[in-house]
Amino acid sequence: MSAPLLDIENLTVTFPTSRGPVDVVKGISFSLGRERLGIVGESGSGKSMTGRSILRLIRKPGRVTADRMTFDGIDLLSQSERQMRELRGARISMVMQDPKFSLNPVMTIGDQIGEALLTHGKLPRRELKARVLSMLEAVRINEPERVANLYPHEVSGGMGQRVMIAMMLIPEPDLLIADEPTSALDVSVQAQVLDIIDDLVTGKGMGLILISHDLNLVSRYCDRILVMNSGEIVESCKAGDLNKATHAYTKGLLAAMPRMDEERDELPVLDRSTWTTGAGT
Amino acid sequence: MKKAAIHLEDLSISYGKTPVVFDVEFSVAEGESFALVGESGSGKSTILRAISGLAPDWTGKISVLGKPRGHAPDRAFAKTCQMVFQDPYGSLHPRKTVDDCLAEPLAVHGIGGRDTRVKDMLDAVGLDQRFRFRFPHQLSGGQRQRVAIARALMLEPRVMLLDEPTSALDVSVQAEILNLLKKLRREQGLTYLMVTHNLPVVSFLCDRMAVMRHGRVVEIAKVDALKTGRLANPYSRELYAASGGTLQPA
Repeated sequence: MSAPLLDIENLTVTFPTSRGPVDVVKGISFSLGRERLGIVGESGSGKSMTGRSILRLIRKPGRVTADRMTFDGIDLLSQSERQMRELRGARISMVMQDPKFSLNPVMTIGDQIGEALLTHGKLPRRELKARVLSMLEAVRINEPERVANLYPHEVSGGMGQRVMIAMMLIPEPDLLIADEPTSALDVSVQAQVLDIIDDLVTGKGMGLILISHDLNLVSRYCDRILVMNSGEIVESCKAGDLNKATHAYTKGLLAAMPRMDEERDELPVLDRSTWTTGAGT
Repeated sequence: MKKAAIHLEDLSISYGKTPVVFDVEFSVAEGESFALVGESGSGKSTILRAISGLAPDWTGKISVLGKPRGHAPDRAFAKTCQMVFQDPYGSLHPRKTVDDCLAEPLAVHGIGGRDTRVKDMLDAVGLDQRFRFRFPHQLSGGQRQRVAIARALMLEPRVMLLDEPTSALDVSVQAEILNLLKKLRREQGLTYLMVTHNLPVVSFLCDRMAVMRHGRVVEIAKVDALKTGRLANPYSRELYAASGGTLQPA
């Protein structure tokens, strides 16, 4: 394998509280090539914080420290804010959870997608429009001409999320971080949106970090999975080997999910004491 | 089949001038657990809201435990049928303690023995007594949902309307709440009408389900059909496949 696209060693994110500093991410290390990596965990496990710290989006008083954090040979920790702005969007971009809160309500969809391109370079207006329309087509929006002139409140949640994906992918980044891209969407739309991300990512040979709380979903769309619990990576495995997971937490999560052909009378509940004390099952 | 706990006939519901639900008909037997599934905007929550009196703009017939439901707020009705909402962060009053919240339905209905009733109910939903005088912001999501379920059960209703009771919760917490709902139903013989978009949850908790789309019921199926993937309607099959199930010929 060539040099990894993203290499992180001993990443820690700390927030001060009235009871002293709290590590929400506790020294995790992983590397990512041009592949699809899933990060799974429950709320508060630090998965979103990991995603945000890659883009250096954690604001003060939060603090990010790491022994190494390189992206394609660039040391992310030593970049200035100005240099970071050049990376964000152009080389690494991020799809957020809810299109309702992440799109600009007073800008048309076409303008917003175009803005993502213009921020990183000059482009003649006609070419810009053509790129925007072809991107809208790539995320399977019918009548891109009409949709480009709409405002975010005029489109559905699924379409809004596709617009956001278009906006994030139009500068052709090398790494896409998708933070719960489908949690705000319906089950039937979820699959469509993920298929689109999957097609574009594999087609362009990008790296993908898919952050989600849904183990099944991640195992369907990723090559590799990291399971996080209270700021630590407790399990790292190939997506296909998820049912061979060894850690008590992963096993517990898998067992706690109802199945389509559910015959159990009671769902096993996670006993939170077993892995914190290291007893294991 | 026993007496119908919930019976809907030609039910159409609108919000102002916008019709949302069209000619829905089904009945839920007493002690049964029935699910409404479908995508957002299909009108499944609206049906619950109409039954509980929160969406008064409906035509047709709604009857609960054999009694027809009127359009006006109905105090006696509240004793037979209660609702649990989706978001435990939004459905509890932020400045009332758990104790206030659980005692209020009793005060409204003039029921005595509040102290012991609140204590017993906390035990029933698996909350420790030390949570009794806490505020909602001091509880986790799962604990709040337990409080919301406890509040709904305070008046000892026979019918529970559950509007996505676990979709705001983590997987491991969802398992706890689902177990709790199953246990309560077994112990108290409750009837559930539950809205969800999570088909595996239906498989765990329900006996039958109705698939809704664009305000109409497109299919009513037994849970066995869901477990084996033998759904008939093309839309239900699409929904099933999107949830990761493997389809079988109907």
